[in-house]
Amino acid sequence: MEIVLSLAIGILTASGLWLLFRPRTFQVILGLSLLSYAVNLFIVAAGRLRTDAPPIVGKDTPADSALYADPLPQALVLTAIVISFATTALLLVVLLASRGLTGTDHVDGEEDDS
Amino acid sequence: MTGWIQHLIVAPIVLPLIVVAIMLAFDERRRELKRVLGLSTTVALIAISALLLWLVAGHPEAGIEPGPHVYLLGDWPAPFGIVLVVDRLSAMMLLLTNLLGFTSLFYALARWDRSGPRFHALFLLLLMGVNGAFLTGDIFNLFVFFEVLLAASYGLILHGSGAMRTSASLHYIAINIATSLLFLIGVAMIYSVTGTLNMADLASRIAAVAREDLVLVESGAAILGVAFLVKAGIWPLSFWLPRTYAAAAPPVAALFAIMSKVGIYIILRLSSLLFGDGSGGAAGFADQWLVYAGLATIVFGTIGILSARSLTQVAGHYVLVSSGTLLAAIGIGGQALTAALLFYLVSSTLAVSALYLIIEPVERNADEEDMIAGIAEPVFDDEYTGALEEDESEIGVVIPGTIAILGGGFIFCALLLAGLPPLSGFIAKFAIVDALFQAPVIAPTSWMLIAVVVCSGLATLIAMTRAGIDLLWTPADDAPARLSLIEVAPIGFLLAVCLALMVGAGPMMAYMEGTAAALRDPAGYIDAVGQAPRFGEVAP
Repeated sequence: MEIVLSLAIGILTASGLWLLFRPRTFQVILGLSLLSYAVNLFIVAAGRLRTDAPPIVGKDTPADSALYADPLPQALVLTAIVISFATTALLLVVLLASRGLTGTDHVDGEEDDS
Repeated sequence: MTGWIQHLIVAPIVLPLIVVAIMLAFDERRRELKRVLGLSTTVALIAISALLLWLVAGHPEAGIEPGPHVYLLGDWPAPFGIVLVVDRLSAMMLLLTNLLGFTSLFYALARWDRSGPRFHALFLLLLMGVNGAFLTGDIFNLFVFFEVLLAASYGLILHGSGAMRTSASLHYIAINIATSLLFLIGVAMIYSVTGTLNMADLASRIAAVAREDLVLVESGAAILGVAFLVKAGIWPLSFWLPRTYAAAAPPVAALFAIMSKVGIYIILRLSSLLFGDGSGGAAGFADQWLVYAGLATIVFGTIGILSARSLTQVAGHYVLVSSGTLLAAIGIGGQALTAALLFYLVSSTLAVSALYLIIEPVERNADEEDMIAGIAEPVFDDEYTGALEEDESEIGVVIPGTIAILGGGFIFCALLLAGLPPLSGFIAKFAIVDALFQAPVIAPTSWMLIAVVVCSGLATLIAMTRAGIDLLWTPADDAPARLSLIEVAPIGFLLAVCLALMVGAGPMMAYMEGTAAALRDPAGYIDAVGQAPRFGEVAP
């Protein structure tokens, strides 16, 4: 399971970085989104990988940390997802505005002369 | 310390938020109301930060102990819940932020708040984010406040619209989203090893981290550090900064002067807490890197200042020079130097902010047409577009003797930035050089820092003189620019604060010395957070 997760993070990061350095704004946005997925997976991994383990200690069950998943990374990921959604949406609006004002979707607002 | 004064710590975050919520209920036709709300909020924020400063200094006669004060959000005990901490450093930064907030907002009343909708709301949200970043004692919460201030700054950069602003902000937003992701990676790495996000708790645990895990913590901190260094504008991660700041409206750029200092503040805070003398194997991590990167930044900024074609470029590169000086000084360390760099931080932030405000009236003559073209038609129409175009009457009294006033202010600014006596810029640089000479053995990097600090001052003086002769000395064909009192007053106020900084240099340095001592010995901070009483437990 570790190998699957690390491969997923690696592939997402690599594709995200490649897209981030493209000259078209839409590709940049997609790249940033992929990167943020990779980072979210990474945060989940920071709390160690557990399946089928509840994050909340029940009343009748023993409070042994080996039985439970770490709840904090899940809370962090939730916050990070919300924030990156919001900022990506904002970037999308700026992208549209830039497209409208400059008439091109190049990241610099103008095409190279070549 | 009980009762209302305890809750004062959360006020710099909650107050702007509430006012913004109220503001959103009114549309742009109620501009006067928004202005009153916005200005009175910034005045209240100044009062609150001054009170917090008074609080951390300690007043035994009022039953208030000196030292950091902690606010437990939701009344959760310290390492589990999020804490807000106000200590000498954060109280000082809060006061600085809110002073700049007040002057910039006041300046914006002249006309800048009319060039787009919801200016006041975004402005207050930016203040809220910066205040929160200074107050928080938890690195993930710091990320949240960073995003709040960045989101507001995206809106403010775009304020006034236009092709140049849009393309500059496109880069700015993309870079900041990418660095926010780095921030998260760093936080996750530190959490995975230490199991905590609370800064004070981290500081007490980092000494006990096993040797083989230390590498993980350090690389996490390094990734985190890169995210802050991008915000602070370190070379070679600073190419976005002068361009973005130049594209922003002047009052917005003046407020942005504090934003690069947020990165500096966090680096100062984390390096003293996590990598101070008491943190075992991690002590002194990355200090040398900070010194070299800081030196490179100063050199780059100096070259940028000399090659600048406009005053906004000079100001943007001066931000880099001041960031570089601060980072190099943080890297070299030592109590006297830390006190000196804090003084320099306050002085240079005020000076850059004043420069951004004075640039626009000074250059108004030169390119009146560009100015008007700069405020383009909005791309997206909304219900407020009409309201923004209604009244174009200049508010405030137009004052005579424009050139004399502008010239005076400009010379004042130039002296401050170049660090010439007798103003506070000189005292700050002198204190830095003096502190460097106090070391028993003066390292080669210290000599280099002294050299580049002096050279950057000279370069600033040359660039400012050149621009001053060009813009103010040569007789213009057309009539002198109209200047309203609303624009002069905040510039005068900022320069007066710098003057007060010079006159009161003794007490100010004493405060900085105390702050530096507290930073050198973070036990007080760690204990204050660790032993913070829950509100319910405070005996009535």
